[in-house]
Amino acid sequence: MRYIPNSPDERAEMLKQLGAASIENLFDSIPEVLRLRQHLSVPAAMSEIELLKAFDEMGARNQAAGRVSFLGGGAYSHYVPTIVDHLISRSEFFTAYTPYQPEISQGTLQSIFEFQTLVCQLTGMDIANASMYDGSTAMAEAVLMAERVTRRSKVVASAAIHPQYLEVAHTYVQHAGIELQHAAFDVRTGQTLVSAFDSIDDQTAAIVVQSPNFFGCLEDLQALSEKAHAKGALLIVAVTEAMSLGLLRSPGASGADIVVAEGQSFGVPLSFGGPYVGLFAIRDKYSRQIPGRLVGEAYDKKGRRGFVLTLATREQHIRREKATSNICTNEGLIALASTVYLETMGRRGIQEAARQCAQKAHYAAREMAKVEGFSLPCSGPFFNEFVVRAPVAASPLLDTLAREKGIDGGIALSRFDSKRPNDFLVCATETNTRAQIDALVEGLNEISTTKSPGHKAN
Amino acid sequence: MKPHITKVTTHISQNESLIFERSQPGRAGFSLPPLDVDESPLDEIIPAQYQREDDLVGMPEVTEVDVVRHFTRMSTWNYSIDLGMYPLGSCTMKYNSRLNEKVARITGFANLHPLAAEGEAQGALQVIHELQQHLAEITGLPGISLQPAAGAHGEMTGIMIIRAFIDGRDGKDKAAQRRTMLIPDSAHGTNPASAHLSGFTVKTIRSTAEGLTDLEHLRELCAHGDVAGLMLTNPNTLGLFERNIQQICAIVHDAGGLVYMDGANMNALVGVARPGDMGVDVIHLNLHKTFSTPHGGGGPGSGPVCCTKELEQFLPVPRVVRIPTSRDSDGVDSPAFKLDSDYPQSIGRVKAFLGNYGMMLRALSYILTHGYDGLREATEAAVLNARYIAHGLVPDYEKPFDSPPMHEVVFTDKHQARKGVHTLDIAKRLIDYGFHPMTIYFPLIVSGAMLIEPTESVGRQELDQFIEAMRSIAREAVEDPELVLNAPHSTRIGRLDEAAAARKPVLRWKPKQAASAI
Repeated sequence: MRYIPNSPDERAEMLKQLGAASIENLFDSIPEVLRLRQHLSVPAAMSEIELLKAFDEMGARNQAAGRVSFLGGGAYSHYVPTIVDHLISRSEFFTAYTPYQPEISQGTLQSIFEFQTLVCQLTGMDIANASMYDGSTAMAEAVLMAERVTRRSKVVASAAIHPQYLEVAHTYVQHAGIELQHAAFDVRTGQTLVSAFDSIDDQTAAIVVQSPNFFGCLEDLQALSEKAHAKGALLIVAVTEAMSLGLLRSPGASGADIVVAEGQSFGVPLSFGGPYVGLFAIRDKYSRQIPGRLVGEAYDKKGRRGFVLTLATREQHIRREKATSNICTNEGLIALASTVYLETMGRRGIQEAARQCAQKAHYAAREMAKVEGFSLPCSGPFFNEFVVRAPVAASPLLDTLAREKGIDGGIALSRFDSKRPNDFLVCATETNTRAQIDALVEGLNEISTTKSPGHKAN
Repeated sequence: MKPHITKVTTHISQNESLIFERSQPGRAGFSLPPLDVDESPLDEIIPAQYQREDDLVGMPEVTEVDVVRHFTRMSTWNYSIDLGMYPLGSCTMKYNSRLNEKVARITGFANLHPLAAEGEAQGALQVIHELQQHLAEITGLPGISLQPAAGAHGEMTGIMIIRAFIDGRDGKDKAAQRRTMLIPDSAHGTNPASAHLSGFTVKTIRSTAEGLTDLEHLRELCAHGDVAGLMLTNPNTLGLFERNIQQICAIVHDAGGLVYMDGANMNALVGVARPGDMGVDVIHLNLHKTFSTPHGGGGPGSGPVCCTKELEQFLPVPRVVRIPTSRDSDGVDSPAFKLDSDYPQSIGRVKAFLGNYGMMLRALSYILTHGYDGLREATEAAVLNARYIAHGLVPDYEKPFDSPPMHEVVFTDKHQARKGVHTLDIAKRLIDYGFHPMTIYFPLIVSGAMLIEPTESVGRQELDQFIEAMRSIAREAVEDPELVLNAPHSTRIGRLDEAAAARKPVLRWKPKQAASAI
């Protein structure tokens, strides 16, 4: 095996030195009856040539990866500067462990400190951690944290949050003594009804909303934070399209207490859903309750600045069952990708990418609304994602569009809500050209009027 | 290899500042085409109340060259597997092949949206299904989910499965009496934290003087009818195989509980023995340990959960399943793999989408590159290397447990402590010899623990150098303890004052004026 740097002779020599007769003797502490007598039923070793061919072939069977795409819904196609992958692929970053030995981990530690700072700047918050698994688990951890901070057991989450995020939150809280309720949204605006939270009381730990929400609409965070704070509850804001932070008022400036986000938009490939990176940011006063790793500034005896993992007494390796979370491994390398991305794009690049997202999406929405039979059912303001209502069932319409025009035109909402057969979610980013948008609109127009879609639905 | 290695610390590459301190207004590093649609006035598309007001002040303004130099300079301050031996116990710092990286970057995978139609993502689903089969074979446990994003996430998932099983079997009221999770005193901290997340109370099992689970204590704890399960690492965190594992499982099963195995140390077992054959009910694996997906400075990981047939119904949804295919009149095959969420007993979803997919690609690539014989060879080499280190260090360091270790071995600082030199000092001095230190002060039950896991990715010469470095430090501890106490001497910064950092935490950069105002 070319990854094992010892020859058979060297191994034999080592065994001799140990006084072991054979390799098998090394496993003497495993009872005879438990030792595998036949080899594992996995394939024989493949050469590099064979292996790449096999994966290339499987990759080619993912036709969607090659299409013009308007898919969003929690994962977004954005421009990624070439240097991002190059820099995170340096051995010194990608083959390093968690920075537990600060003297030889300053590269990782300083990068995380910059990551934490960038997350604070974008979200408008005071403290950010070194990352969570993704946006969905970050939101679930925020709910658990709200219970710890307030010592209250009810949490009310908007029904306009990404359905998979809500599912994850329900899984996390099912044994935590937290009652997780849903609050309705207004189907006409696509926005969460502030009045849906009228019933919160002094047992409510938090209100949870996503903005832009699952339907792409912006929530009135200011009003929601006032609503929450009036009862002593926290406002948790989740962001799945982090690029929106380049243009939209930050959740922090709108009164949020905990902000979580999916950082995939910042330099991370779609990669069929992961690895992505969860951003987690809070107000200063809750620093002892935040889950996950934190990096802080520190100095050596000669007064030189460095960085260390800090406030570890919150964490599982010290506090065990009383820890603020069980998280250990996080998304270090993906957080690094986001850090490189955000620094390369910089202040003006993020603003420009966000501007283009909003402009292109609004152009697409305007054009779509002009097509006979198509409409935009939500009147609320949006960033780069919006719901379109087709005159026919959306799912077969989109399938036909993909097959015949090579365009993935959006996500049929029937996948999440059977009562919305004709609605689909369209997302445009800076990577979509005007020509692509025009082709999308034209294609939908053509298929919905000249064909009977669904003739080959699968 | 003697002392006083000095290093240039005034050089520009050793003093790279924070990017925010480098920032200059007007510099830019991005490249976007001009907007090609008719631009609407911003207020018309996004009402003013929703617009950002701070103009992102404080965010960096730098060029591409600035960024490349920034990160390249910082990278040189890191130790990494590619630089040398990284013997962190229980972390399995093995070689991360470039081939796996190349596989993960194939466009058909890297550019695939997680909500793409299943029929247009068949290759990606096939990868998941194949990896599931191989991991089920390796563990001897047929039920599997690749959804958890890391080891601790897998633990939480596995323990929730145990809870769902017990609640279903006993009924809510009776199950409420069964809320104790047994965990050995040598376990990783994630175990109790994960058990707590699932609503269990943790009781600790003692280890014997031999370093194994105390069967008597286990029986005693199981006698009260409140035990839901046991969380056990095997080989345990002392590097010892729990040779009574079948008996342990039987005791727990007889008491009405299930056995959860923390798979952190699977690198000692792949191809040699299978947890399913031992009586284990559910296990998580760490793809970023045993299956070599890169640790990346702290992640991403991937923590698949494997379980018995009986527990399969409780796994997270959606699950990737194989379905019979058919060919239509146009000669197009129907999909062979699909996502199935129709498992009413499932604990639910633990993560959006399907898990850390990029890690699954790398792990499958690792398994296929090794093949069945290479997987076993890796296990053998990992154990041989640990045994070789154990043998080499015994003359100079206390080895608290006599039994021969599996893939990792624990020593202590007992001999050196007589001269005031402790585990932390030995670890820091090891840096001067060009090695990453071992895991220190873990497991918690061993005073001054040094847990060493070389993995299979180290050759004999380097093992000899490591042993010689450790022996040299043992001599220094006697002859020149100050040298060890003040280590490391070769790094660009010395030991940092962590206590001060925690007392007044500075967790982000702020512009000068603002900083002084606080």
